[in-house]
Amino acid sequence: MTTIRDAAQKIMQTAIGLAPERWLPGGTPDPLIGRHGAIGSSVPRVDGPRKVKGEAPFAAEVPARNMTYAALVYSTIARGHIATLETDAAQAAPGVVLVMTYRNAPRMAPPAVFMSDPRAAGASSLPVMQDDAIHWNGEPIAVILAETQEQADHAATLVRVTYTEEAASTSFEYAAAHAHRPDNVLGEPAVIEIGNAEAALAEAAHKIDRTYHTPRYSHAAIEPHAATVWWEADGQLIVHDATQMLNGTRWTLAGIFGLKEEQIRILSPFVGGGFGGKALWNHQILAIAASRLSGRPVRVALSREGVFRVSGGRTTTRQRVALGARADGTLSALIHTGIAAMTAYNNCPEQFSFPARHLYAAGSFKLEQKVADIDMVANTFMRAPGESVGTFALESAIDELADDMGLDPIELRRRIEPAKDPTSDHPFSSRHLLDAYARGAERFGWSARSPTPRARREGEWLIGMGVATATYPYYRMPGGTARITLTRAGHACVAMASHEMGMGTATVQVQATADRLGLPLTHVTFAYGDTALPPGTIAGGSSQTASIAAAVTAAGEKLVSALLKLVGNASPLAGLKAGDIVARDGGLGHRALADRFESYVSILSRANRDQVSAEAEAPMPLEVQKYAMHSYGAQFCEVRVNAVTGETRVSRFLGAFDTGRIVNPRTAASQFRGGIIMGLGLALTEETLFDERTGRIMNASLAEYHVPVHLDVPEIDVIWTDTPDPRAPLGAHGIGEIGITGVGAAVANAVYNATGRRIRDLPITLDKLLGST
Amino acid sequence: MTPFSYARAGDTTAATHLGVAAGAKYLGGGTNLVDLMRETIERPDTLVDVTGLSRTIEERGDGSLMIGAAVRNTAVAEHRAVRERYPVLARAILAGASGQIRNMATVGGNILQRTRCLYFYDDAARCNKRTPGAGCDAIDGFNRAHAILGASPTCVATHPSDMCVALAALGAVVHLENATGARTMPLVDLHRLPAGRPEVETLLEPGELITAIELPQLPCAVRSTYRKVRDRASYSFALVSVAAVLDRSDDGMVRDVRLALGGVAHKPWRAFTAEAALRGRPTNEACFRAAAEAELADAAPLRDNGFKIELTRRTIVAVLNELAGEAA
Ligand SMILES: Cc1cc2nc3c(=O)[nH]c(=O)nc-3n(C[C@H](O)[C@H](O)[C@H](O)COP(=O)(O)OP(=O)(O)OC[C@H]3O[C@@H](n4cnc5c(N)ncnc54)[C@H](O)[C@@H]3O)c2cc1C
Ligand code: SF4
Repeated sequence: MTTIRDAAQKIMQTAIGLAPERWLPGGTPDPLIGRHGAIGSSVPRVDGPRKVKGEAPFAAEVPARNMTYAALVYSTIARGHIATLETDAAQAAPGVVLVMTYRNAPRMAPPAVFMSDPRAAGASSLPVMQDDAIHWNGEPIAVILAETQEQADHAATLVRVTYTEEAASTSFEYAAAHAHRPDNVLGEPAVIEIGNAEAALAEAAHKIDRTYHTPRYSHAAIEPHAATVWWEADGQLIVHDATQMLNGTRWTLAGIFGLKEEQIRILSPFVGGGFGGKALWNHQILAIAASRLSGRPVRVALSREGVFRVSGGRTTTRQRVALGARADGTLSALIHTGIAAMTAYNNCPEQFSFPARHLYAAGSFKLEQKVADIDMVANTFMRAPGESVGTFALESAIDELADDMGLDPIELRRRIEPAKDPTSDHPFSSRHLLDAYARGAERFGWSARSPTPRARREGEWLIGMGVATATYPYYRMPGGTARITLTRAGHACVAMASHEMGMGTATVQVQATADRLGLPLTHVTFAYGDTALPPGTIAGGSSQTASIAAAVTAAGEKLVSALLKLVGNASPLAGLKAGDIVARDGGLGHRALADRFESYVSILSRANRDQVSAEAEAPMPLEVQKYAMHSYGAQFCEVRVNAVTGETRVSRFLGAFDTGRIVNPRTAASQFRGGIIMGLGLALTEETLFDERTGRIMNASLAEYHVPVHLDVPEIDVIWTDTPDPRAPLGAHGIGEIGITGVGAAVANAVYNATGRRIRDLPITLDKLLGST
Repeated sequence: MTPFSYARAGDTTAATHLGVAAGAKYLGGGTNLVDLMRETIERPDTLVDVTGLSRTIEERGDGSLMIGAAVRNTAVAEHRAVRERYPVLARAILAGASGQIRNMATVGGNILQRTRCLYFYDDAARCNKRTPGAGCDAIDGFNRAHAILGASPTCVATHPSDMCVALAALGAVVHLENATGARTMPLVDLHRLPAGRPEVETLLEPGELITAIELPQLPCAVRSTYRKVRDRASYSFALVSVAAVLDRSDDGMVRDVRLALGGVAHKPWRAFTAEAALRGRPTNEACFRAAAEAELADAAPLRDNGFKIELTRRTIVAVLNELAGEAA
């Protein structure tokens, strides 16, 4: 399979010659990283007012004339074939417009699975409703369209189906015994070995060798997946989707339906939470197919159960972490290996070994990932896939080693802090992890922690503190193009098919553009969420902030050149070169001479132009070729564990982050906190109950899938180093995912400190603690 | 959801008239019934809305409290007499569900809410309660929330209500009425153990309507409490819960005690054995533990819920310790 990495490397090689010097190693940093203006201020979300007023239409709210409403029928076996399928009663039910099954579904090519091509967005490569085969328990086997949602839902209950079952792979233990090594893990090698780690471990003065388990987790965004779709008379396909990958979805749908990309328009201006789950699943494809068959618009809004059955989440892992340490606390061996459950049709091996590739210095490494094939809905990205559960194992083991050696866990991390990336040898672009630890420890009151477990008790409650490292890579995705349109009134509109899922993307790009063009915030807007705009990059890998900023920077440079061409001889700017120019005070000026300045309004008026527009693609992300670029954090947790019942309650939490420049403290704090809360769920309450007898998810509802509720979440303090990364646009890293990393271990380490009991399989439910308390 | 007809009953007579028809069901707040209808687990032909019937709480001369079946859970928990005289009931209600659900839920509906067994809720699974004789997928499946007391080989489900645990401890009496007449029954007798017929959950006659709950006078209930142990701090069902009333004499002996358990059985479990073991005994931890152990002597673990036996024991002891401490 062509991986993103192969594809990207080919493009990189040709692009190196074209890239501006700034993006090359050793180049000059983005001039904005040192400036204080709109960037760095707590600007409220630009999409906020429309959302709180209920005026922001989500995909399931887009109106259409002659709408039909879809209901899906899901399989109840994990593998086999449909033996009989009776749809007459459903067809005859009131209001039913169409019953679609594999018998009458239009022929469609299988989706191009994510990573098979840089543009592919399919969650799985399985064909969608093309024959009688069943591949997972919960696979859609029929679509009902009706005049109302209630009629569709009712008719769906009238479909009768029987199956010829085949033996399915639903046992993790069994599949793990037959695990195999994937070609690559998100484009990175599945195995990294440096030295002989097993031998070094065997000889180590201190060693820890542990196995950790993490369960399945399901996406539970507040907005269940939905789409409203129709075909125009001219064959144009309109898809109002809730997605974090607009252009990839368009390209992939074009392949499935045999269309040209230009024949498809996808709109997704508002997404009620993505977290990796808002991708291209069966429901959009089925809705489009059903719309083609019925000739009518289709709204498909998954029920909460539907979200669990049709869209995957974080997958099960079993991980081994073994650490060998010398007497001085430095590591002679770091082993992190393990197995993640996956399907044979997707490509999400849950990159749990990634943190160990970059976090700590060690004399030898053995890092390896395998996958175990399970018949289940394709697992997918879920906020810091890999790093979230990988840091649980790694950072628990570090804590175990520190405890074993009688070292403070922060001190141990100080001793294993690497000078350069331990597995690639690349220099770090920016790494202030120990600074984050120092600030966090001070503010959290870490020095009050007793290294001895069970040392603090208040009544029934045992109190403990734990700490763990957070880490997430810096990514900048290639391929994004921004267009800036500057009007005679001095307003700039940036347009790019990007995604706003509530993170603050639009807000921070307005801030960045305002500073880039020297405009007040009120004079900048950001148009996004529509494939009719210049192509954006996916909202994944916490990459959007940097990816969009890079494209806007490139477009901004073009805009300045275009404006300079417009100025006549009478302009104070006459004769100046782009290199002399800075954007400031609503216009352009010489970098040093104050009087050589002309406002945008004046430039455009003088040239008699209503607007000027410039469009440019971001240069390739060459910075990541030469530098190890990552974000870091130190997660501090205090828990109270009830000595009678084993119930764990988190009483205090602090995250100290090192993620480059913080563009907007308000939206950043929200992202960090949200990540931490999701991490508390990962640590304590969430688990998708996958019945291995049937491959069926048994708790497909928010009553039984326990995300943390308000009472589970204490005050969460977040602080940051705010140290710009000189290699990143704006000096900033994306921060959507790092908040969840390290939380599982911080909680587990705190539970150990409170009770003396190590819990190595998540979630930490009270039954696992009862014996020790 | 399957289509149904809807009727709003103006009075009890009208309700019981409509309710006796085969396929009719009474509708309270709908927070459980409507969910089950959406899943097609319940498929009534007719819903008889009884939320317009008795919505009053009456303090009677004999010291008892009469709570209408249509009173919302929130209203019960907020009522002054309930908070002062039966704090265990207010606490139990407030430990359940969420504010929004409690605002909708009625007393009658809470009593008759159905189990949260995952396999009962999923019509792809085998369940004797839904389809008698089909088998029980919970016995060898996810049964962390299931029964340790009084289960049968046909069903191991639990009754999920918090409120009912307090009602069981308080000796509440259920007032019932159908077209042929009215009667009363102690709450602890209303729900059945599954035995061979898990589909029959109560001793209600067809069409029988709960009209009220009567809390008998019980002065010692001022010293009562409810403790619920669960997987998250709020908005989850009890793994184990304990409702207790303790009357301690001046010489530190148990004069009277009422103890009921939730999350452990197919019905709200009044711990008669433990009560008998405690009456007249000293209020100390050893006695509490012995009583808890006596109650749990027949407790039987399933695949995932063995921890509940120890958890129940500990929670009973902790709750009695707390009440004894308050009294001292
Ligand atoms: C997400 C969620 C979490 C929850 N968590 C908890 C919890 O932690 N603890 C807890 O105790 N409960 C919990 N509940 C359950 C909740 O308490 C019940 O749903 C509620 O009490 C039911 O009351 P209702 O009036 O809505 O009943 P309905 O749903 O209207 O009815 C329930 C049943 O009672 C019957 N019925 C109603 N009134 C009468 C009457 N007067 N006479 C005869 N039959 C009648 C109906 O026919 C139906 O069979 C939760 C529910 C949900 C949805
Ligand atoms: S325990 Fe009872 S309710 Fe649950 S599946 Fe078995 S029979 Fe049905």
